[in-house]
Amino acid sequence: MNAPNEVATGSLIGAAVRRKEDARFLTGSGRYTDDISLPGQTYACFVRSPHAHARIVKIDKSAALKAPGVLGVFTGDDLAADKVGSLPCGWLITDVNGQPMKEPPHPPLAQDKVRYVGDHVAVVIAETYWQAKDAAERLDIEYEPLPAVVDAVEALRPGAPVVHEQAPDNLCFRWSLGDKAATDAAFAKAHHVTKLDIVNNRLIPNAIEPRAALAHYSRAEDAYTLYVANQNPHVERLLMTAFVLGVPEHKMRVIAPDVGGGFGSKIFLYPEETVITWASKKINRPIKWTAERAEAFLSDAHGRDHHTHAELALDKDGKFLGLRVKTIANLGAYLSTFGSSVPTYLYGTLLAGQYTTPAIYVEVDAVFTNTAPVDAYRGAGRPEATYVVERLVSTAAREMGIDQAEIRRRNFITKFPYQTPVALTYDTGDYNACLEGAMKLADVAGFPKRRAEAEKRGKLRGLGYSTYIEACGLAPSNIAGALGARAGLFEVGEIRVNPTGTVTVFTGSHSHGQGHETTFAQVVASRLGIPIENVDVVHGDTGRIPFGMGTYGSRSIAVGGAAIMKALDKIEAKGKKIAAHLLEAAESDIEFKDGVFRVAGTDKSIPFAQIALAAYVPHNYPLDKLEPGLNETAFYDPTNFTFPAGAHICEVEVDPETGEVDIVNFTAVDDFGNVINPMIVEGQVHGGIAQGIGQALLEHAIYDKESGQLVTGSYMDYALPRADDLPTFKVDTRATPCTHNPLGVKGCGEAGAIGAPPAVIEAIIDALAPLGVKDIPMPATPQAVWRAIQEAKGRAAA
Amino acid sequence: MTTSVSLTVNGKPVSAEIDPRMLLVQFIREHLGLTGTHVGCDTGQCGACTVLVDGNAIKSCMVLAAQMQGAEVTTIEGIGGPNGDLHPMQAAFKECHGLQCGFCTPGMVMSAIDLVKRNGKALTEEAIRAGLDGNLCRCTGYHNIVKAVQLGAAKMQGV
Repeated sequence: MNAPNEVATGSLIGAAVRRKEDARFLTGSGRYTDDISLPGQTYACFVRSPHAHARIVKIDKSAALKAPGVLGVFTGDDLAADKVGSLPCGWLITDVNGQPMKEPPHPPLAQDKVRYVGDHVAVVIAETYWQAKDAAERLDIEYEPLPAVVDAVEALRPGAPVVHEQAPDNLCFRWSLGDKAATDAAFAKAHHVTKLDIVNNRLIPNAIEPRAALAHYSRAEDAYTLYVANQNPHVERLLMTAFVLGVPEHKMRVIAPDVGGGFGSKIFLYPEETVITWASKKINRPIKWTAERAEAFLSDAHGRDHHTHAELALDKDGKFLGLRVKTIANLGAYLSTFGSSVPTYLYGTLLAGQYTTPAIYVEVDAVFTNTAPVDAYRGAGRPEATYVVERLVSTAAREMGIDQAEIRRRNFITKFPYQTPVALTYDTGDYNACLEGAMKLADVAGFPKRRAEAEKRGKLRGLGYSTYIEACGLAPSNIAGALGARAGLFEVGEIRVNPTGTVTVFTGSHSHGQGHETTFAQVVASRLGIPIENVDVVHGDTGRIPFGMGTYGSRSIAVGGAAIMKALDKIEAKGKKIAAHLLEAAESDIEFKDGVFRVAGTDKSIPFAQIALAAYVPHNYPLDKLEPGLNETAFYDPTNFTFPAGAHICEVEVDPETGEVDIVNFTAVDDFGNVINPMIVEGQVHGGIAQGIGQALLEHAIYDKESGQLVTGSYMDYALPRADDLPTFKVDTRATPCTHNPLGVKGCGEAGAIGAPPAVIEAIIDALAPLGVKDIPMPATPQAVWRAIQEAKGRAAA
Repeated sequence: MTTSVSLTVNGKPVSAEIDPRMLLVQFIREHLGLTGTHVGCDTGQCGACTVLVDGNAIKSCMVLAAQMQGAEVTTIEGIGGPNGDLHPMQAAFKECHGLQCGFCTPGMVMSAIDLVKRNGKALTEEAIRAGLDGNLCRCTGYHNIVKAVQLGAAKMQGV
């Protein structure tokens, strides 16, 4: 393996290279799925359930079929008749009794019953979208409404409406992790126990590009092409062909072109693209579907939605002895592609945080409800875990009168590798360095003065801390497999050196805003010693890329970048063989540096481009020993997760009269290991923090408990952060390079969304603590804050 | 039933027979094939479809194409130089990393140009944040967009 620092000396590693992809996005030349049109293209409109729970009594297609321009109307029965399968879940959870989770079927179009508002009932395909939409109005559907339950806690109560007959108590599984006896023993000897009831609010990811798909079936080739706004086209193809449509995998090409943000929501195999792919063969025409925003709110997989009771046991010095967590997680109406892994292996395993807590036990009830499926959203399980841990730590510090930074320092893990009681082995980190850096950057020392100054203006200031950890670089396939993953989690990179020495890189990672076309090119250009202009990166096409597991969980540079490095190793090794032949030297004497192959200790050398040419014009070439060409592919399967970590400090000013919260300062100092492009890393952190602040202050997906209707179904009701809701951020990094991947990188995409929410909420509680406020729910809207102030005042008066 | 409309788009005269309920954004995207203008929400709240009409930023999902009789419409494809040079605001977004996935970017750039024209040198950070209130970005947290608009404003005024 290459030592991380060997790479870090490369000229472009660590440089804020401006992005290669920007030119097309800035000039309107990006090509997102809805921008692509095919000859003879038709349009699909999905008919969705207006009920949270209902039996489908009848569907009469006749009027819709007669409407102008209509080419087809299909329902769940049509799919069933064609033996179209259920949408699969990619992670099998085994419950506390060793039994597999309940896996009720998820037909792409509902059969017999609908289970959430927005559930897919039928598709209408017509010559124009308006014709499809008009005809959809003519579809005569009779429903028998049934009682519905949208809240996971209520769904577990006896007598609650049953979402799936296969799970009569609505429980998909009860799962646990950790040593219960050891944890109970830790609590028995505790000097102090901090207890919290926490709701992690339900969110809707809201990439600004709505989901979209364009499916084309070629009768001549008996093959499909699917353009789809998706983060992992090979996974999409594998799931759709092998598990749902029964189409041979080589007869489908999936292209995820420019994709306008994902944040997890475009990982999954959804009903819409599945149905139009199937229907494109039925009508023998290409079919386009683009979600309206209202459809996105209703049917994109949602995130979070946990109810948790958590307890932290401490000794008299504030050392953590044990952590006990009970969580009820809402899965929605169906198991989404990775829905079962989020509240389990992406959640329970993170509960050690940055601390040496010796005993941890977590139990999770995963529950079906009459709501949209819940799955990975930026952070996926790790924000929920961090929120539990950091809220407990901060609350314990307040209760015991220990300084917020001090209680963390007393409990930080400082020796690595460190085996946690919840199955992870942290390879490296320096949590004190990030905390100290953040405290300096946030000017914590000057805070008392700022607080006093605010008080003079009638405002309350507070500071909130969050020292988080996440597990990224998903994942060692054998470990993931042992835990229930039904897929490998490696990544693939192909380096195609062209005869003139330019390079085309094919990666199984997918960029939907992350800037891989630049970062990955920096890696390749630095390693080969060639200009970055000579390197282009191709992603998002099963027809061009050997294979790939895609982009999610901040895995691209740690796993996708490592695969590219492995392929570069092979390029260099072959280049040395060619150079040895051309320079008439022993292969072991050839060294490669700064784009030049050289006989060590001599002035005999040959540049990279000439080696490339020799490989493709092999006139003087060791053909008896070596194939021509310079094109190498590598699959990289990580040996461990990576563990990005950091310290976030939020400073707020609260108006006690109105409950309005102003974030006056947000500081993040993160350890992502080596940084390839600091400009891009900072941008990722900014975006993550914005989503974290959104969760803490603004965003909340609410279903009406009686009707099961989504109340927050538009940007008028669901508060996405706008420019004037957010401050300027202060961000910096510290680096302890990852010890087990060739670039020493950890991943940075989710950090902000993980670290920010507890920092924001704790800052508000800190500001309001003098009034007796002990807790604030998310989102901390002015109304919620004002109410907490009034309740505290009421308690004080009583 | 169709209706006719004549307007100028990116300096070129255009006439068409259109469905009266066709939105300006559909006319731009589907009729003219200018796909740089995006639809993010259908309801005038995300700003991805922002274009300039007679020099003023509007959300093109909120007006009918038929209302554009005689108007001068400028889209993201129409603001750069004839040889593909970037408009100063486009260049500033690149320089400041003011975009990630790029989907909101065309609307954001058009709004920013409008903002500079309306505010000139009085464009403070606060004014930029308030002025971009109608444009949603989910990627950047707006931090670098604000910096980009500040730089773009300076470049547009030759400062």
